[in-house]
Amino acid sequence: MIDGISIYDLLTLTTILFFIGVYGFITRKNLISILISVELILNASVVNFVVINKYLYPDMLQGVYFSIFIIAVAAAETALAVSIIISLYRQINSVEVKDTEVMKY
Amino acid sequence: MEKIIFYILALIMIGAAIASVSSRKMLRSVIYLLFTLIGVAGIFFLIDYNFLAAVELTVYAGGIIVLMIFSVLLVHHIEMKLEVAKLSKRILVAGACIIGAGVFLSVIYSYDFNEHGVAITTTTAEIGYGLLNFEAGGFILPFEVISVLLLAAMIGAIIIAKGKKLESNTDDPK
Repeated sequence: MIDGISIYDLLTLTTILFFIGVYGFITRKNLISILISVELILNASVVNFVVINKYLYPDMLQGVYFSIFIIAVAAAETALAVSIIISLYRQINSVEVKDTEVMKY
Repeated sequence: MEKIIFYILALIMIGAAIASVSSRKMLRSVIYLLFTLIGVAGIFFLIDYNFLAAVELTVYAGGIIVLMIFSVLLVHHIEMKLEVAKLSKRILVAGACIIGAGVFLSVIYSYDFNEHGVAITTTTAEIGYGLLNFEAGGFILPFEVISVLLLAAMIGAIIIAKGKKLESNTDDPK
């Protein structure tokens, strides 16, 4: 735990990060930008898990395991999303959301 | 001292996050995301989880950012500016986000967390023993599931990114 910093300060920081991610997710019109916003949201949740583990239950490690799993799932998700974006760009020459029609079925 | 470092990190993270969702150049917004991730790793170092900070730096800052830079360079002209949403829509979404953040913060600040005063340093060995522990409270099953998931995601990514070439190869009689 950090001297002089309460859990409220850290939770405020992650809340702000989370909502910046939500803002980007809604307003951006590009697939890669949306992916970046999703990464911001995931990072805010990872910091939340770790901080709550450290401040409220310092003798356990459950929050650390969950954050490791979140990081692994985020890595898998990014790899898949990047491959989908590249294959989509080959077919329709664009990564804008409004041009993405071949995936609708 | 740690307090000052925390506030500097928080300012860098929030500034970089805002820049990364509002920058009109693709590559710059990925680099701003990198600064946010380094800030997250710094917070992990501050609260004494060195292993997690290393994982964050290698997997996120080393892996995911490089993947994103690759995809930006493969699909995008660097000079091209992104189109942004209408101003009215942006203001509406920003207002909704601020209201949501207000609701979250009011709930957080009204709850009385009872903080443990003790600071315990965890070693990497303890994390490893917990992950591979198959008794009650152990995490071996999700650990194995994650490994299978990563393998499936890798194979899926290769097959999707390869596209039609793979199918036409299998159709050819030899």
